[in-house]
Amino acid sequence: MSDLTDLTISESLKKLRNKEISPVELTKAYVENMENNNAKYNAYVTTTAELALAQAKEAEIKYLNGTNRPLEGIALGIKDLFCTKGVRTTACSHILDNFIPQYESTVTQHLLNDGAIFLGKLNLDEFAMGGSNETSYFGPVINPWSKEVKLVAGGSSGGSAAAVAAKMCAAATGTDTGGSIREPAAFCGVTGIKPTYGRCSRYGIVAFASSLDQAGPIAKDVTDCALLLNSMAGYDANDSTSSKEVVPDFSSFIGQDIKGLKVGIPQEYRVDGLNPEVAAYWDKAAEMLKASGAEIVSISLPHTKYALPTYYVIAPAEASSNLARYDGVRYGERVEGNGLDELYINSRTEGFGKEVKRRILIGTYVLSAGYYDAYYLKAQKVRRLIKNDFDEAFKKCDIILTPTSPIEPFAIGDKKMLENPINMYLNDVFTVSVNLAGLPAMSLPIGLSQKGLPFGMQLIGKAFDEGTIFKTAYQLERSANFVRM
Amino acid sequence: MAVDNDTVRRIAFLSRLKVEPDKLEETKEEFNKILNWVEELGEVNTDNVEPLVSVNNESLTLREDNVTAGHISQEILKNAPAQEFGYFVVPKVVE
Repeated sequence: MSDLTDLTISESLKKLRNKEISPVELTKAYVENMENNNAKYNAYVTTTAELALAQAKEAEIKYLNGTNRPLEGIALGIKDLFCTKGVRTTACSHILDNFIPQYESTVTQHLLNDGAIFLGKLNLDEFAMGGSNETSYFGPVINPWSKEVKLVAGGSSGGSAAAVAAKMCAAATGTDTGGSIREPAAFCGVTGIKPTYGRCSRYGIVAFASSLDQAGPIAKDVTDCALLLNSMAGYDANDSTSSKEVVPDFSSFIGQDIKGLKVGIPQEYRVDGLNPEVAAYWDKAAEMLKASGAEIVSISLPHTKYALPTYYVIAPAEASSNLARYDGVRYGERVEGNGLDELYINSRTEGFGKEVKRRILIGTYVLSAGYYDAYYLKAQKVRRLIKNDFDEAFKKCDIILTPTSPIEPFAIGDKKMLENPINMYLNDVFTVSVNLAGLPAMSLPIGLSQKGLPFGMQLIGKAFDEGTIFKTAYQLERSANFVRM
Repeated sequence: MAVDNDTVRRIAFLSRLKVEPDKLEETKEEFNKILNWVEELGEVNTDNVEPLVSVNNESLTLREDNVTAGHISQEILKNAPAQEFGYFVVPKVVE
């Protein structure tokens, strides 16, 4: 029999329910992988193996007495941006590196209520600001697909994607503000979905840019993502932006056919100099969907070019405001100074890393008197136009197909990415529009590059229509037949 | 709109962050690179376009003003740098 950690969640649940395997042996297998491989990949920043094994024993009782819940005994990793009661939550920032929340985030509470087991907290870019997991206070995550050179796992949910790829958990939670679930999923050859804004409660998730942040799962396949999103989604009175829209059973879309479905290909995403391998896989994915009965239509999203500059005004603006709370006074890192202003300045200067400080400065600037209209208000207006583009496009199609990232995973410490922050920002070109428009989108692996590194395809749906994403992604997954690590 | 050293200093103070004197030039240049880039937005005609503040179309709901959680002051104080008589003890923040 192959390793238990090769099983998907849906396969594991079947075996658990048939009592072919026990939650304790399954959890032990993941704990073993976690402990043996973490030094190599740096995916976890906190591990809670003992807690996990205690949970597994409870799960065993539930299976024996028939009170097992939907995700009973499934071992997950949690991005260290979700507050977990009694377990250190750092956002991978020095300013929070000793913070122990006294409450549980809504999303992780939902997962616990459904019987999931938590193995530990996963690495990310500091406060989720980054696209390569290199801004983490705890150092970069190593992509498990790396050959001779150590490659980035993508970001900001780099620990989540790497841990799933390396089978150090059955699946993981992630968050996505500009591509932070989808890009690392693509880089690590796993599947992740950012649901519609408002689908999952943001309560208890350390805030980055509140009008863009959304939680979602990263898993081994499309079916597992549906199982997890079923648990994670839902209205929460503790988040005023969480939606009252009915949550369908996402698993019910798995296996539905896509005959006659209109798949839109946005012409503006064929950017100049697009990597030819990426372009070829994009065409191939469209062919696969066509072969499954879908109809391919050309669409236009005319303001695509402006999505990145819009994002890099709005996200830092919201971040500068959200991160004002870290002042060294009530909790978190404090560095004393001569007077109150100096205490604030010293604590924040010591506590935050370079990229976070860069974004706070930009955000403060675009919100400051005299510049607000020129930058922030302008960006909010262009954001409206970007959303309108999608509204128009969805009159012609049911779902949109694009690559997830214009490039394959790059080396840790890549000179070009580090010498100019804009080079790093450009990697988000295919993902940020979705956050600006609040839409759901999934990344799933489509194949390997000539160098043997994974490429991801992105499917973008209408607001609250994750169902169409699930049924399309499942068909594409079957056709692509990607071989996991 | 290129920023100068004085502006960088002012923004750093507004952000309550320190930019060391020897990092000022570098920070300014980086700032200007990013600002030049986002200034592309100036090309877009946004006359009569309403700013999009939130994609959420649902209106905010009111709830009854009841206590739904409480009696957890000891838990709340666990992350306090210091505590006394059930209160956070912090440096003086009001002059």
